[in-house]
Amino acid sequence: MSDAVIRIEGLSKSYQTSAGLFPALKDVNLVIEKGEFVAIMGPSGSGKSTFMNILGCLDAPTLGSYTLDGRAVASLDSDELAGLRNRTIGFVFQGFNLLPRMSLRDNVALPLIYAGIALAERQKRAHEMLARVGLDAKALSLPNQISGGQQQRVAIARALVSHPRLLLADEPTGNLDSHTSIEIMKLFEALNAEGITIVLVTHETDIAQHAQRQVHFYDGSIISDQATPVRGTA
Amino acid sequence: MKLAMLGEAWRAMGANRMRTVLTMLGMVIGVGAVVLMMSIGQGAQYAIQQSISSMGSNLFILLSGHTSTGGVRSAAGEAHSLTVADAEAIAELPGVQSVAPIHPGNAQIVYGSYNWNTSVIGSTPAYLEARSWPVVAGSSFTQSDVRSATRVALIGQTAAQNLFGDENPVGHTIRIRQSPFTVLGVLGTKGQGMDGRDQDDTILIPLTTAQRNVFGTPFPGTVRMIMVQTATQEIMPVVEKSMTELLRQRHRTREGMDADFSLRNLTAVADSAAESTRVMSLLLGAIASVSLLVGGIGIMNIMLVSVTERTREIGIRMSIGAREGDILLQFLLEAVIISVVGSSAGLLLGIGGALLAQAMTGTMVIISGSSILVAFGVAATVGIFFGFYPAKKAARLDPIEALRYQ
Ligand SMILES: Nc1ncnc2c1ncn2[C@@H]1O[C@H](COP(=O)(O)OP(=O)(O)OP(=O)(O)O)[C@@H](O)[C@H]1O
Ligand SMILES: [Mg+2]
Repeated sequence: MSDAVIRIEGLSKSYQTSAGLFPALKDVNLVIEKGEFVAIMGPSGSGKSTFMNILGCLDAPTLGSYTLDGRAVASLDSDELAGLRNRTIGFVFQGFNLLPRMSLRDNVALPLIYAGIALAERQKRAHEMLARVGLDAKALSLPNQISGGQQQRVAIARALVSHPRLLLADEPTGNLDSHTSIEIMKLFEALNAEGITIVLVTHETDIAQHAQRQVHFYDGSIISDQATPVRGTA
Repeated sequence: MKLAMLGEAWRAMGANRMRTVLTMLGMVIGVGAVVLMMSIGQGAQYAIQQSISSMGSNLFILLSGHTSTGGVRSAAGEAHSLTVADAEAIAELPGVQSVAPIHPGNAQIVYGSYNWNTSVIGSTPAYLEARSWPVVAGSSFTQSDVRSATRVALIGQTAAQNLFGDENPVGHTIRIRQSPFTVLGVLGTKGQGMDGRDQDDTILIPLTTAQRNVFGTPFPGTVRMIMVQTATQEIMPVVEKSMTELLRQRHRTREGMDADFSLRNLTAVADSAAESTRVMSLLLGAIASVSLLVGGIGIMNIMLVSVTERTREIGIRMSIGAREGDILLQFLLEAVIISVVGSSAGLLLGIGGALLAQAMTGTMVIISGSSILVAFGVAATVGIFFGFYPAKKAARLDPIEALRYQ
């Protein structure tokens, strides 16, 4: 139990809307151990992104507790949360979220600026990470000069550059074709094999097959949580 | 770390060059105006200070004939109301340091083949004392020269230059209205007077010589003006009162009648001139500061637009670990860079403008370190002050809200 990277207890999240409070998450409980590869699934609007944003310390729950790596997230101040986002968590968005006017290398190196790492070291590690996702040759290109799949690989490189323990990905293949999606998933599998805990949101069952465990959301609650059948337990 | 933030700020500014330049323009004009106005103001203050100190200190001037309102001009007799005896009596008053009766005029001076029209002042050695005017070559004339009306002269720098060129005037003979005068000495440089005239374009001769031999006077023993110097500035009001009483008594002016002379406190006039120049330069600075303020508001405006436009970027930066302080610093640096680069350009513009003004109008300008420092300090302050609110706004953004922003 002490190995739990994520421990969620009684977590609820309501949004203030014009029609009153809208409950997007209702009493969610979930524990994810170190080294797991979890796929989060569920229909549109079931609260997956809301959940991921809370896991990524980008948003705060309305109720309940979130313990990340043994630390109660609710008790942390904004700088400590920034530190978690910087070093403990790597977040991959569906829309890539690269900064458009920066070279791929600078995009990847950006988290290291906030970690206070010197320029030479930042560039070295950015190149290493880009090489890892097969894009070192394009290090000085701008994001709009490469394909969507390549952009997502850059985003993954950026998420990994500060060696996080936890990789969160909200529909990372949502904008990509199936061939590119499989490449990205292979990358995730390799990373998971190196010991990085991965939580990934997807609509597609064949993408979810790459995970060891599948958690289904419906209407703000977890309705099923099981090991991936065909792949079995590793 | 801070260096990296500087790079980030620089990059953001480069991304929107036109806007950055236009924002800077506000600072360029603001700082340019401040530097220009301060240079002109300080130049004017310096010039007035110079002419005040060249005037001599603690001075009164007494003029024959009253110049009061009422519209009735003094009759000819009254215009010669002051006498040498008055001057001697004033010299006896407590607190009076030196008294110089003066007979001024203009005359054509000839030396060899040179010809020069200049002001000729007939007075006593006390005149040089009152105006703290040194004789830099040769020697001064004395009281005995005044008594015996000798034809000797002291020559001012400009007059000497025009009559003698590089030759030493001492010992040479010049002709003032045909009469020969021996040049005894050369006066030190005084520069421009309060009235803007060149004080060195002058020749000083004994009072008696001026009255009898050069200008002549229908009323022997009278003078047109008397210069009085007191020992200290504090005593001036006392001396003014006792001098007025003495003269009214000597001239038998009855109670309630206008005096037949007028008295001016030159030091007070000078002080008020200095004060008005000071106020003027302050005013110029204040007006120029308004444009600096406008420039600052321009920065704030652009930074606010920039923060809104880059909300998503801010969200992305926060999602990968930027702290509030990092975002704050980035935007603050942007504002400060704009204001500092803008004010550097403004500084050059202001200095250029000041030099141009000097070259074109001949007014003195002073570009002092202090005005440069003030301009820069103000610019940095403006940058921080007007950059802070937008930067704070950026730093306070909620990461998830910022990421959702379209
Ligand atoms: N900022 C918000 N304000 C109000 N309601 C919101 C907000 N964000 C999400 N919601 C609502 O919360 C519910 C869950 O949204 P969420 O984005 O988590 O769904 P999702 O499972 O990620 O869906 P999708 O698969 O389409 O991405 C939805 O009904 C949505 O309308
Ligand atoms: Mg979603």
